[in-house]
Amino acid sequence: MLLINCPYCEDDRPELEFANAGEAHIHRPKDMADMSDEAFEAMFFIRDNPKGVILERWRHAHGCGRFFNAVRHTVSDKFLKTYMAGEPRPSDDEITELMK
Amino acid sequence: MAKPAIALRHTPTEGHNFANGVVSVSTAAPASRISLRATPLGANSFGKSLGLDLPKKPSGSAAKGGKFALWLGPDEWLIIDEKNQDISLVPKTASTQLSAVDISHRNAAYFISGNGAENTLNAACPRNLSLSEFPVGSATRTIFGKAEVVLYRTQNNTFRMEFWRSFTPYVWGLLLDAARDSNN
Amino acid sequence: MNSTSQQAFRVKARGSRIGARSVSFTFDGKTFEGLEGDTLASALLANGVHLMGRSFKYHRPRGVLAAGVEEPNALMQISRDNSKTTPNVRASVQEIYDGMKAQSQNRYPSLNFDIGAVNNLLSPVFVAGFYYKTFKWPAVAWDKLYEPFIRRAAGLGEAPTEQDPDRYANRFAHCDVLVAGGGAAGLIAAKAAADKGKSVILCDENPEFGGWLLSDTDIRIDGQTGEEWSAEMVRQLLAMDNVRLLARTTCVGYFQQNMVVLNERVTEHLSRPNVELPRERMWQVRAGKVVIAQGAIERHMVFPDNDRPGIMLAGAAQTYLNKYGVAVGANVGVYTACDSAYAAAFDLAEEGVTIPVVIDHRDQVSDDIRAQAKEFGIKVITGAHVYCTTGKLRVNSMSIRHHKASSGSEDFEIDALITCSGWTPSLHLYSQSRGKPQWDEATRRFLPGESPQECVSIGSCNGTDELADIFVEAAEAVGGKAQKPKIEDDVPTSSGMVGATGTSADKGKAFVDFQNDVTAKDIALAVREGMHSIEHVKRYTTNGMATDQGKLSNMHGLAIAAKLLDKPIPQVGLTTFRAPYTPTTFGSFVGHARGALFDPTRKTPIHEWAVEQGAEFEPVSLWNRARYFPKAGETMDDAVDRECQTVRKTAGVFDASTLGKIEVVGPDAAAFMNIMYTNGWDKLRPGRAKYGIMCRDDGFIYDDGVVGKLSSTRFHVTTTTGGAARVLNMMEDFTQTEFPEMKVWLTSTTEQWATIAVQGPKAREIVEPLVSGVNIANEKFPHMSVAECQVCGVPARLFRISFTGELGFEINVPADYGRAVWEAVWARAEPLGACAYGTEAMHVMRAEKGFIIVGQDTDGTVTPHDAGLSWAVAKSKPDFVGKRGLQRPDLIAKGRRQLIGLKTKDPKKVLQEGAQIVADPEQSIPMKMVGFVTSSYWSGTLDQSIAMAMLEDGNARMGETLYVPMPDETIEVEVTGTVFYDPKGERLHG
Ligand SMILES: [Zn+2]
Repeated sequence: MLLINCPYCEDDRPELEFANAGEAHIHRPKDMADMSDEAFEAMFFIRDNPKGVILERWRHAHGCGRFFNAVRHTVSDKFLKTYMAGEPRPSDDEITELMK
Repeated sequence: MAKPAIALRHTPTEGHNFANGVVSVSTAAPASRISLRATPLGANSFGKSLGLDLPKKPSGSAAKGGKFALWLGPDEWLIIDEKNQDISLVPKTASTQLSAVDISHRNAAYFISGNGAENTLNAACPRNLSLSEFPVGSATRTIFGKAEVVLYRTQNNTFRMEFWRSFTPYVWGLLLDAARDSNN
Repeated sequence: MNSTSQQAFRVKARGSRIGARSVSFTFDGKTFEGLEGDTLASALLANGVHLMGRSFKYHRPRGVLAAGVEEPNALMQISRDNSKTTPNVRASVQEIYDGMKAQSQNRYPSLNFDIGAVNNLLSPVFVAGFYYKTFKWPAVAWDKLYEPFIRRAAGLGEAPTEQDPDRYANRFAHCDVLVAGGGAAGLIAAKAAADKGKSVILCDENPEFGGWLLSDTDIRIDGQTGEEWSAEMVRQLLAMDNVRLLARTTCVGYFQQNMVVLNERVTEHLSRPNVELPRERMWQVRAGKVVIAQGAIERHMVFPDNDRPGIMLAGAAQTYLNKYGVAVGANVGVYTACDSAYAAAFDLAEEGVTIPVVIDHRDQVSDDIRAQAKEFGIKVITGAHVYCTTGKLRVNSMSIRHHKASSGSEDFEIDALITCSGWTPSLHLYSQSRGKPQWDEATRRFLPGESPQECVSIGSCNGTDELADIFVEAAEAVGGKAQKPKIEDDVPTSSGMVGATGTSADKGKAFVDFQNDVTAKDIALAVREGMHSIEHVKRYTTNGMATDQGKLSNMHGLAIAAKLLDKPIPQVGLTTFRAPYTPTTFGSFVGHARGALFDPTRKTPIHEWAVEQGAEFEPVSLWNRARYFPKAGETMDDAVDRECQTVRKTAGVFDASTLGKIEVVGPDAAAFMNIMYTNGWDKLRPGRAKYGIMCRDDGFIYDDGVVGKLSSTRFHVTTTTGGAARVLNMMEDFTQTEFPEMKVWLTSTTEQWATIAVQGPKAREIVEPLVSGVNIANEKFPHMSVAECQVCGVPARLFRISFTGELGFEINVPADYGRAVWEAVWARAEPLGACAYGTEAMHVMRAEKGFIIVGQDTDGTVTPHDAGLSWAVAKSKPDFVGKRGLQRPDLIAKGRRQLIGLKTKDPKKVLQEGAQIVADPEQSIPMKMVGFVTSSYWSGTLDQSIAMAMLEDGNARMGETLYVPMPDETIEVEVTGTVFYDPKGERLHG
């Protein structure tokens, strides 16, 4: 069972309190009605499935209830970083740094 | 025709009491509860009207005169008035800064008390409940087996556990099963 | 009593574990006596019994090989009674208790004479890769032949036939330092950590702490014996508040972030366990640091017929002698490639056991050992090997030959043969921590390297051979400092060899893996047939794939393969060890989660009333809901029919408390509702309610429900029973992440309210007198109204709403008043001829009206348009969840399946839900299906069967005749609209 650091609770909490909520930083445009079919497909259906670093959303479902973002390594399952919803995606440099 | 008045609340935990010398589980009296969700501004003003400084830190709580407020999330508090049974906490006027919803009857609660209290809870709660990690006054939403619960440590060896009322048979059964193994 | 107990092999002078009290047990129906503290294996050995099982594939007679969890042969069925029986228990681990029943496995009809042993004669058939080569075709043979055969052969013991009556417990625990293994290294580390004030958990799979120190009685630590030293350490640790000692506790799994799972066997050794105790306890420990002190496991020698009963590990013989006071024979041969076997031989000799010879595979042994052997009068032959043994159910001789000699041999009569080729550092937990073992060429063994987790390996499992060094290493591992004590007579275990095969691998049956009957020859065959990686060799031969996970065999298999491939061992690779370290019972994993505690069963405040009325219940998500209320003599169909017709003619009362409820509050509540639901919410006035549909962004229906607007800033949203949690989750997601600027907040109120639906022509007559604070006359409180008022004097939310098509009200009252209000309603309803109805009648009545149930009539690929709900999709809103998805080409394409009604041509015929629909019943199979039935019921009200179905282009097929092929008939149906009853909806407004 993983320990996940909730950026809102500012603490490590057991995985059993959390729910994964899919890939992070998927932008849902305000003018969705005008999206092309291709853009909608890319936005809603197409997901990365990387071996390595993934940026994903989690919800501290049985804790503070907040959705937040995480940088996780899919091979080691290690959480490299968690941060609040709405915060910018970590830069590639930062991710490289985190992996050290 | 006269309208029949219904005076008494019947909680699902009514009559539930257990003790084995190491741990006791007892039912909490019917209480008034609200779920408060608010902006910081709303939280401050609501706290004032309540006479409580709402906790701002994760896992924090504030208590005064039978009322207590538990931090559940950055915009969410569980506020309980043990001395009143009904909607004593619901504000009379609407505010644009908060939502206060009466959940007095949504939850039921037990007190888990005694030297075996931590062990009883740790049979099905994965959190570190040692006094150093979860001191008196700590409050948190977490899980107990397959039920979501709110734990509030009121004393060194006493926890208040709040949960949705329909989970009572499960929570009660699991507490009893766990209590049998708490002396270890 | 049929006792044959002599315990002739008991050595009184030894046996630190053994008490004086006799313990009586049975083995294969025969009564034996052992002593308190014995394992089943030591007690049987004390009675001269070596034959303890038959092997898995060849059914060869087998004796006990080891003295610990690595035992591959002596697997037993241990029983208290029919329900308390456990298969595949290691005789070397199971402690005996009075009345214990042990049964050998894998034999029929008896251990001495086993019919399956014919497999031994057929062994040329059962070569490596046998399963792959044989069970390929024909496909039909799988069901009839192969699978039954494999299942019979693969089941070692027998599963209990009755429910397990025992209790199992679980505990989540946290500590600074977890020490896995309570031998010398573990005890030192635990004490050093505890002295620094750390919270410590120390576990050991044995009943006692001390590890190998209890088997080697020669060692002195500052003058103390190993047993004295261990006992003193345990005494000190027990006195410390910050230490938890767990004996009989195996570290079975090492997971991420130092989550380590321990299995504690609490009562397995007790004759009459206290019923308050769980049988086993699972510990899920989160440790700041894990100290792995697993020790090392001795390897056997690989030579032809090395599996006869009486042939065992030298260290095991030493353990049986010193811990249990049992000599494994009277005339014991020794075959070794490691110094440690001499210690066993000398201990046995000291107790008068004849040691005819020590065959040492190596060319040299130290002068010191030679001198000691001479003292005991033991003949040592170096540079030689055992190439043959005899003895049917017990070894009785061995034949040896010098490596260099091509012929000529010497035979020795023996009644036991102890062997040792060296010791394998246990890397199981280290490997589970995702560490990569490193090959150490100097000592020819794998050792732990770096670990990605906060853990450290110490002692024998880390290749630290000298006890004096272990004192320093173990203390330093936890930041402590230790003095090297004065150690005497420590026999290091690092010497030896791997892959020991005295003869060419192709001769005879030289077993590598005893439990899976894999021989050196099988490994050679696998290599010859092209398996060049150990992962392939393992799967091809099944070496190391038995329940012991190759604790004895992995290194041998690897070395034999490496030699044949002429490659260095690390290049052939080591397989990864997986949890659990030892087989772990299901009970232990299940813990408290059984029976009523398997899953929560949620009950409404009105549940007990329904129980008292004799209702039948059905599970709906986690809820248990009243399905129907049968009267005496009624079948379910009768009851449902009566309930439906009573509601339509008079009225019915229904417990709808399980419906999900969410309070949506805030100045932006209406704006938020506009986003979440397909329809518009701006025009809805406070006091009015509306049916809403919620989609996901892909345009498919996600949930539905009636929403009441209580004020300009407050909505009372209802969801389906099963959808409550996921709807709230999705709404929270949108408020938190997509529209964080909106001032709107959500609270689940499902359980705040008990919901009592009163439906039918007399609904108002029932409800009206109970209500105060609102006028519910038809024109004042029309269909789709909501009011905050009092019912029976308690605060209530009253809806005028209908899921039956009749005049209806839903009374929401705070849940703790739910039953009292229900009874007040019932007190009015019953005299008027109304009934209580359950979910089944509710389903029938809603289907008569064509109301969908999300999840029954929809399946996650149905849009509101498909479901005939286009009227509930706003055209002008700039955005709502699903708006863009609904414009996708596939979703607006022609020919989509649409929800329609079906009437069977024979009105009495009720279709099966899920049945397929075809246009032409005469076509050949596979037929082209054009749709399927989603809901189907007998409607007593209409006196005919009704159904709903998803049908290609359904709306354009009204009136068409279609067919539903069933196994025994083809049912003719007519396509209709979905509203079967009161199509104009007049009854709602009564
Ligand atoms: Zn949190």
